Amino acid sequence: MTVAVARVAFKPNWSARIAWVVLAIYVVWAAGQLDFTWSRFVDGLSNAQKFLGRMFPPNFSTEKVEMIVKGLTESIQIAIIASIVGIALSLPIGLMAARNLMPSWVVWPARALIAVCRSFHEVVIAIIFVKAVGFGAIAGIGALVVGSIGFISKLFAEAIEEISPKQVEAVRATGAGFFSVLVYGVMPQVFSRFLGFASYTFDSNLRHSTMIGIVGAGGIGGSLFSAFQRFDYDFVCAILLSIIGLIIIAEWFSNYVRALFNDNLALVDYFRNRRNARLTREKSAAMGAS
Amino acid sequence: MNPDRAIRIRGLVKEYKKGVPVLKGIDLDISGDGITAIIGPSGTGKSTLIRCINRLIDPTAGEILFQGQDLAKLKGIELREARRRIGMVFQEYNLVERLSVMENVLTGRLGYVSSFNAWLRRFPKEDIAEAFNLLDAVGLGNFVNQRADSLSGGQRQRVGIARAIMQRPEILLADEPTSSLDPKTSVEIMELMAEMAGRRNIPVIVNIHNVELAKRFCQRMIGMTGGKVVFNGTPSELTEANLKEIYGAGEGDKGWLE
Repeated sequence: MTVAVARVAFKPNWSARIAWVVLAIYVVWAAGQLDFTWSRFVDGLSNAQKFLGRMFPPNFSTEKVEMIVKGLTESIQIAIIASIVGIALSLPIGLMAARNLMPSWVVWPARALIAVCRSFHEVVIAIIFVKAVGFGAIAGIGALVVGSIGFISKLFAEAIEEISPKQVEAVRATGAGFFSVLVYGVMPQVFSRFLGFASYTFDSNLRHSTMIGIVGAGGIGGSLFSAFQRFDYDFVCAILLSIIGLIIIAEWFSNYVRALFNDNLALVDYFRNRRNARLTREKSAAMGAS
Repeated sequence: MNPDRAIRIRGLVKEYKKGVPVLKGIDLDISGDGITAIIGPSGTGKSTLIRCINRLIDPTAGEILFQGQDLAKLKGIELREARRRIGMVFQEYNLVERLSVMENVLTGRLGYVSSFNAWLRRFPKEDIAEAFNLLDAVGLGNFVNQRADSLSGGQRQRVGIARAIMQRPEILLADEPTSSLDPKTSVEIMELMAEMAGRRNIPVIVNIHNVELAKRFCQRMIGMTGGKVVFNGTPSELTEANLKEIYGAGEGDKGWLE
């Protein structure tokens, strides 16, 4: 006769449960410490009302529009130059940081450089550059180049470390030299991902370039900051709306660039595909409804 | 006869972990013509042996003599120049998936073209003409501009063969070229490889699991077990007893299970 043993299908994980409870208690305690309470929030709302009321309608007078256009143009220029220089430098640095291609005496210096570039926020780097080279766009460009290197090189190195060694081995077996192996065995495997990182970097550089002006590193951020200080909230609103518009256009543009490189699409195809995708979506939605 | 395309291996040892040799002192002469099959159970070092020849793997000790050079000792440019003369066909085809069929075939010329010209796809006209001819010969003349990852397994291996032949090699290595293919395609690939190599007088060394396929296409068979060569003869000389020794069925013989 067999003895019936109570079998447990799902073993309780007590340490995980305790960890969740501890985390919940800590969050409540920390919120109390920082006066993060509902009543404090409600007190602040009257302020927000005044602030929002003064923001509308946004001030798009000719003189202000000129300032916005000038500031945005400078921001875009900073972003484009910083992205291109940053991407160009990231390609070799990322390659050098890939452990599956390079000996460790190359990898570790490259990784150290990336780590230094990643340590600080763009605004902090911008402050350093402003102190080092003075106010203006050059400080902004320098700051964003450093930030781009930290970001793309790291992701690029990781992408290279994930490639299929078989394809590389086959190219090497033909007697190809190191650079030919890179061009034929490695780059085809990572290039589309590299483009993805690069276009994402451009996106984020554009956003950062609207902000670094606050510390005097050029671009629209300077106007935004002084408008805040002058309580010129309707101008602040105009600037914010313009930045939103710029980011949306940039997003669309970088999507298009990715599609262009990945699938060799022409501009016309890109729009046609979007239209087709929309039609398919609508069709399936209609079929689902019927 | 091609005595200058023969390979002579002496005392070849490969240890991945110190003190645990995979190849335990291989002595082997491979003649410079026809197809030589290496058979044996998995994990017995067949792939390691073949990869030591073109130095995708560095041997621990021993000599591999080919055209007056010891391949085991080559470095740098000398090694690359030796690799140009050694074609290789892989089990999983190892095509560069995001490159086109044509680009994959021309990869066979990378040892002769500068990296910069290769990057710009500037290959000599006669190389491109030969690539077209080879693709016609392997039946992929209509797939020139397709990406390699859009092909079926059999088609990919045809590109793999074209890439190896594109090197105008003096010897062709094939590491389990049919193991990822269905039986019918396997026969077609072996036929294609035998024909392409035979017409150009290129000796072939092929690792192969399928003994029947090996007997059908090869003039010489080498049986390996436990990192050693235990049979070296013609297909007709290979007996049931030899096969038992190679694949380790005997009593008290742990063979490749070690």
